[in-house]
Amino acid sequence: MAAVHGDAHGHGHDDHHPSGIMRWITTTNHKDIGTMYLWFSFAMFLTGGTLALGIRAELFQPGIQILQPELFNQFTTLHGLIMVFGAIMPAFVGFANWQVPLMIGAPDMAFARMNNWSFWLLPVAATLLVSSFFVPGGAAAGGWTFYPPLSTQGGLGVDLMIFAVHILGASSIMGSINIITTILNMRAPGMTLMKMPMFVWTWLITAYLLVLVMPVLAGVVTMLLTDRHFGTSFFNAAGGGDPVMFQHIFWFFGHPEVYIMILPSFGIVSEVIPTFSRKPLFGYASMVYATASIAILSCVVWAHHMFTAGMPTVGQLFFMYATMLIAVPTGVKVFNWTATMWQGSMSFETPMLFAIGFIFLFVIGGFSGVICAIVPIDIQVQDTYYVIAHFHYVLVSGSLFALFAGAYYWIPKWTGRMYNETLGKWHFWLSMFFFNLTFFVQHFLGLAGMPRRIPDYNLQFADFNMVSSIGAFGFGLTQLLFLYVMISCIRSGEKAPQNPWDGATTLEWTHLPTPAPYHSFEKPPVVK
Amino acid sequence: MVNRTSSANVLMMKKLLVFTLIMFVFGYALVPFYEKFCEVTGINNLLKPDVQVKDNWVDEQRWITVEFDANTRDLPWSFKPLQSSARIHPGQTIEVMYEITNNSDREVTGQAIPSYSPRFLDKHLKKFECFCFTKQILKPHETKQMPVQFVIEPGIPTDIQTVTISYTFFELLPGAGNTKK
Repeated sequence: MAAVHGDAHGHGHDDHHPSGIMRWITTTNHKDIGTMYLWFSFAMFLTGGTLALGIRAELFQPGIQILQPELFNQFTTLHGLIMVFGAIMPAFVGFANWQVPLMIGAPDMAFARMNNWSFWLLPVAATLLVSSFFVPGGAAAGGWTFYPPLSTQGGLGVDLMIFAVHILGASSIMGSINIITTILNMRAPGMTLMKMPMFVWTWLITAYLLVLVMPVLAGVVTMLLTDRHFGTSFFNAAGGGDPVMFQHIFWFFGHPEVYIMILPSFGIVSEVIPTFSRKPLFGYASMVYATASIAILSCVVWAHHMFTAGMPTVGQLFFMYATMLIAVPTGVKVFNWTATMWQGSMSFETPMLFAIGFIFLFVIGGFSGVICAIVPIDIQVQDTYYVIAHFHYVLVSGSLFALFAGAYYWIPKWTGRMYNETLGKWHFWLSMFFFNLTFFVQHFLGLAGMPRRIPDYNLQFADFNMVSSIGAFGFGLTQLLFLYVMISCIRSGEKAPQNPWDGATTLEWTHLPTPAPYHSFEKPPVVK
Repeated sequence: MVNRTSSANVLMMKKLLVFTLIMFVFGYALVPFYEKFCEVTGINNLLKPDVQVKDNWVDEQRWITVEFDANTRDLPWSFKPLQSSARIHPGQTIEVMYEITNNSDREVTGQAIPSYSPRFLDKHLKKFECFCFTKQILKPHETKQMPVQFVIEPGIPTDIQTVTISYTFFELLPGAGNTKK
């Protein structure tokens, strides 16, 4: 069995690896690459967050004070692109890199060298995105969804954005191929698909969604590029094209994309809740089927983003009902988490707080999603702050809170040290308070008709905007506390016991020492 | 065992790469699919003639003012309607003439794209003849008069008293792959 790790992965398993920067550039170790993904996404999170604070600073008062409208538009566009493609998605890939091999008892990812490539493409794409602020004409400014005609008319910044999206797409596809192959081919003996931890299941389905829709995104930005420079007219009405078609193709990618950003967080929460309830996950099989149903449904609801773009009534009805149907499997998940906690011996360490905060706030975001799905209401709230509030409830208090839960949950396994529980709880409660301060009032702003992506607003919106801006700065500063908690944990945290969470039952806690050794499961564990 | 796992992995990667390629092509296949879908369902047929309805009636109690607008974009033509507006009954067929002149010394091919106000006018506007159904080719300094024949159906909401029909001519560049289907 000693040959199991062998040369199958294209690199030796000796403990001598290059030190210093070359260690990180050449590494093929899933733990190193996972760490780099996480640090990269956190850096992008702070970058996108800084842009968000620029937006909120401008919106602190009516009138134009800080950002000229052109720059404001660039800020909103790049905030969205960086957060979606630079922060949330790579962070989940980072978790997959660290946790998938540990949770299924594999020695590493299936294609270790490709894993290294898929990470190192990211800094290139990020450089393109950030540097686009400094080219003539500035960064792309037509919104993160880059609808034509604005995106076919913009300057060099749009081209840089298109290349960045190409590169990020290639990185995601390679990462997904790696994850799918690892999960399907490299599970420990005895670990059948229906014994896999929920986090692994959600990532398997997410990775399939990624290879399904990322190539379509690559196609649509290529069409945009050829429309801009090579005389095609896919989206140019003058040449017989149709700008509305862009929206259809984009959202064919874009809607599964939002589930790509939420399914892995369902997985993390499905690990954290049972651990701190000291009970197995309630309704495991139904969780698997619910995840798969959400993924399948997510492919047939895209046009609910386009109710005002022009569509026959029968189309609106189909997409409205299909969208509302997603609430059913999502509801199954929420009830299963609640049932897992029911009569459990719960304790409320920071990961559990973030997981419960996730459920609480994600449900609010889910409900506002069902409201937006109703065609006559959507026509009212389209492109208002109500939509902004909705998707920040699912992306910030959904995806991001789950990422925080996962980081606190697994940091003892990764570093062998415990984080400061008191500061972790402060991080949670401050995030919870400031998040709601920022985004809850945006529901009211949206219902009152405040449009999104506009640097100025009517005086009637002033008070809520001031509240929202104060909340945003509080939320931003709170994340520096997270950085401090993590760094002080890595450098000087208390030594973590083998299993700091006595309810944890997955392989990385039961079969590996803490911290996880550089090479783990060279001899696969046997799962009963 | 080592080799089996490894070759199984490579096989899986090949399958997934083929799938990725298929999805990339699928993205492009959505373009003709979208056009065909719009054509079959009649969603986006602004550039196709409508069929004259036999039992069409004229609502002589109502008047609607139709304003005609004409624009060119990036091509050396002058383009105008011979009358700026018309007052008609819903259901009454009317023909309006437009005039285009090529002011340049080269042959230019153009395509007119319609735009209506209010937006839902396309549901009630039936066009039987229009210069926008085909591309227009003008020799140097040629002038041409072209008709539009249409009817506004009596089903149009009663709060609409004025509608605007606008055309914009765009140049069709030869060999740029942007010919109108």
